[in-house]
Amino acid sequence: MCLSVPGRVVEIQNNMAKVEVGGTVREASMDLCPDAAVGDYVLIHAGFAIQKLDEEEALETLDLLRKMAEIP
Amino acid sequence: MKFVDEFRNKEIAQGVIRRIFEVSTRPVHLMEVCGTHTVSFFRHGIREMLPKHIRLLSGPGCPVCVTPNQDIDLAIALSRRDDVLLATFGDMMRVPGSTSSLQKEKAEGRSIGIVYSPLELLRLAKEHPEKKIVFLAVGFETTSPAIAMTVLQAHHEEIRNLYFLNSQKRVPPALRALLQSEKVQIHGVILPGHVCTVLGREPFEFLSKEFKRPAVITGFEPLDLLQAVWMLVKQIEQGQALVEIQYTRAVREQGNPTALSKMDQVFLPGEALWRGLGWIPASGSRFRGPFSGMDARRIEVAVEPSKEHPGCLCGEILQAVRTPPECPLFRTVCHPEHPVGPCMVSIEGACFTYYKFHANAD
Repeated sequence: MCLSVPGRVVEIQNNMAKVEVGGTVREASMDLCPDAAVGDYVLIHAGFAIQKLDEEEALETLDLLRKMAEIP
Repeated sequence: MKFVDEFRNKEIAQGVIRRIFEVSTRPVHLMEVCGTHTVSFFRHGIREMLPKHIRLLSGPGCPVCVTPNQDIDLAIALSRRDDVLLATFGDMMRVPGSTSSLQKEKAEGRSIGIVYSPLELLRLAKEHPEKKIVFLAVGFETTSPAIAMTVLQAHHEEIRNLYFLNSQKRVPPALRALLQSEKVQIHGVILPGHVCTVLGREPFEFLSKEFKRPAVITGFEPLDLLQAVWMLVKQIEQGQALVEIQYTRAVREQGNPTALSKMDQVFLPGEALWRGLGWIPASGSRFRGPFSGMDARRIEVAVEPSKEHPGCLCGEILQAVRTPPECPLFRTVCHPEHPVGPCMVSIEGACFTYYKFHANAD
């Protein structure tokens, strides 16, 4: 039930956003995620964006994993 | 960066698995607190790729599964009132209570509906002014802020016919209760990534300080799971017990302050009853004063005495002391078409997951 899916914010109007998730567009309230803007990726849960995803952190994690796996 | 496919790279996964084999020398039991983690370990075939002496056990992290029969029976009793329209998340429909389920009641003609988002309740309340709209509110800290926002909006709009049967749960107090039990033999904890997007890391520090257990806040893609297993095994091998964040792209140290403040504005922590774990202090959510008029427990209704199905091991499975194949009902009388306990209903229930992926052993 705690499943949340990442999606890209494509439009925000009156704090309701259209969020593209794997090719489909869902509506989500931005009330719990006020710092997210159009173009950001957010996690969607039960009709709300609950957190903005941090691309720099994602890249750092992948970089660390590649080093662990000894992949250049 | 799509935040999904990048974390499913097979070549990197194989490399991380090699690192796990290098670092792992002794038997360890790791608990997946979150049911979605259990599903992800199975779906991506990760369990078979790990050293045999790393044992993964499902924990209490399925809100549907830990909802006690008492609350399901109360929801069913409320749905039998002519003036009530009962709403809940889809997963709750088929969960058996003591003698019925919401799905059976709906087939009998009761007004019962499914919502994807609690915000839909506001529309339902406006469309049905003659009804009391009662929401069977289940969920952990991932979901509670969405419920809190809906309560605040209903309060702001002065909607008078919306009620909440609060069966929400808080994860840290349940983990504390579990680790205090001598039955539970866990060396490391895979913490629920999405609960932690809201809560942050600090509420789990007690795992390290009081229980000397390493814990890792973990994402849900294959590379997340593998990295977390490696981080936990490395800590255990080195005699460390830290609470670390693997899921750094989504989890901040302080969680989501906006979500936390909305939750706090509406709810107070209160004692709550968990299936399998019993009453746990401060592990539930109760309305603060201004919102107490929306408490569905104030609606008068006669409820049948609750009883559990004899033989169902859901309670022990949720405590990570038994696995689904150890239950005598598993696959024999209990299966997804005829679930005896909630762990066979929810898509993240341990029994349903073991059944779906044809797992016979633990």
